[in-house]
Amino acid sequence: MSESPDVKVAPWTGPQRPYDIIKEGTIAFLVVAILTIGLALVFSSPDDPQVTIQQWSTKAPIDFAQTALSELNGTSGTAQYGAPYNTASAGQQLGPFTLAKWLGATIPVNTVTDFVVDPLTDQPGTPTLSAALAQWKGASASQRTAWVNAYTKASGKMTFTNGTVSVPTTAAGPVPVMINTLEQMARSGALDQALVTQNGFYTSNFTLPLLFLADGSYLGDLAQQRHLLGTQWGMMNETGNYPGQAWLWLYTFWYQVPPFSTSANADVQVWGIMMLLSLLLLLVPFIPGLRSIPRWSRVYRLIWRDHYRAQGA
Amino acid sequence: MSSTEIDRQWTTRLRHRVAHRLPPEKMLPDTQPAYVASWIYVFGVTTLSALAVVILSGFILALKGPQWWHVSGVGHFVNSLHLWSVEIFFFSMVIHLWGKYFMAAWRGGRSLTWITGVVTFLTSIATAFTGYVSQTNFDSQWISTQAKDGINSTGAGSFFNVLNFGQMLMWHIVLLPLVAVVLTGVHVLMVRAKGVVPPFEEREEAR
Repeated sequence: MSESPDVKVAPWTGPQRPYDIIKEGTIAFLVVAILTIGLALVFSSPDDPQVTIQQWSTKAPIDFAQTALSELNGTSGTAQYGAPYNTASAGQQLGPFTLAKWLGATIPVNTVTDFVVDPLTDQPGTPTLSAALAQWKGASASQRTAWVNAYTKASGKMTFTNGTVSVPTTAAGPVPVMINTLEQMARSGALDQALVTQNGFYTSNFTLPLLFLADGSYLGDLAQQRHLLGTQWGMMNETGNYPGQAWLWLYTFWYQVPPFSTSANADVQVWGIMMLLSLLLLLVPFIPGLRSIPRWSRVYRLIWRDHYRAQGA
Repeated sequence: MSSTEIDRQWTTRLRHRVAHRLPPEKMLPDTQPAYVASWIYVFGVTTLSALAVVILSGFILALKGPQWWHVSGVGHFVNSLHLWSVEIFFFSMVIHLWGKYFMAAWRGGRSLTWITGVVTFLTSIATAFTGYVSQTNFDSQWISTQAKDGINSTGAGSFFNVLNFGQMLMWHIVLLPLVAVVLTGVHVLMVRAKGVVPPFEEREEAR
């Protein structure tokens, strides 16, 4: 065993003083409980209501329709994500390691069917929608791509008037009906339900609606107003004027500085750094230099000043 | 039955071991070394007390279910207790951790005490995170959709889906608290068994 003073210490044989551990624990609990009750009474806690797809499509109909289109034409964040949702990209890399890709698409999401076609199919079919879905399902992949491309090309001139999404094209086959019906479905609240009940009556999995919401701009705009973006140190912020997860300060710090602030692999790089730092913290007792800082810094003299004063006397 | 046979029993050996490592006067001491006299020592017991309030308020929230606090004034108050006790818990724990670092509290065969403390700290961060994504409000929507990218990038998203509310709630109210509480218990028992780390010997320092 090392003889270093940073490792060894002789058992204490000096004076003792009375110590009532039960009394100490009881008083501490009461003080903390009273402090907690006081803080809760005075400051309460934040509870900004959840955002629904109905709210999103009502407040920002064009953003919703453009997002629905991005799910259809494969340009949305989810469509291009990679693992664990699909194989569209390799995902982030830590040096030569593509950790997410190795584990594969274990939570498969097909943005075309999961976000657009399946919810529309679940709708009580109007003749127009039924015909559009039949046309879509009966078409070849290349035909579908041609329709979606035509709609995408004209989507810069998308309008929303009298509750209807319009795009100036006649070459998009059933896509205008599908996008417009999905918009109506969303505004009625039916899409919120359709996305969570695809796996049955009972569900507690909100992966699909959350991915869909996150693909649009609406959720991010609300977060920006609340100073919750990553670039706003949002990880340690909270809605309203409340303390958030302040203990994540170091984690969010890395995202603010180069090269991470501009890196396409920032998430996995920052996770790598935090794992390494956590390991160092864990192993401090065994790391020469790191374990000696307390002795060198002599901060301990503040902590044990009575002891050293008594020793000096 | 011979006494040798009894002495060889696992139960007997465990009892002897526990009685040797953690006799009653260490488990529930009525004295402690004279050097344990600083405000910094308060933050260990404050962390434990805050953890108790976190768990108690969490129990009440669990009784009524995850949506209750959105529709009930009492529920919202209990949620506020939960939030503020968590803030006190982390505040105290971080000061406790830094205090122990500058005491080099791993000295004298106390490395495992340090390690269990750090693992408890990391487990607590994960527990708090799963609570934030289980709030069923805007906060949880935003935090989960942002955090998924970090967790997915490591590959952990394959089995730890932050967008799956049911899964996150289970981690928050069963798995992670269990680990945190057990580790805290082990940590406290280690402190009781080994005692509070003595000060550096200054004469040795001068050499």
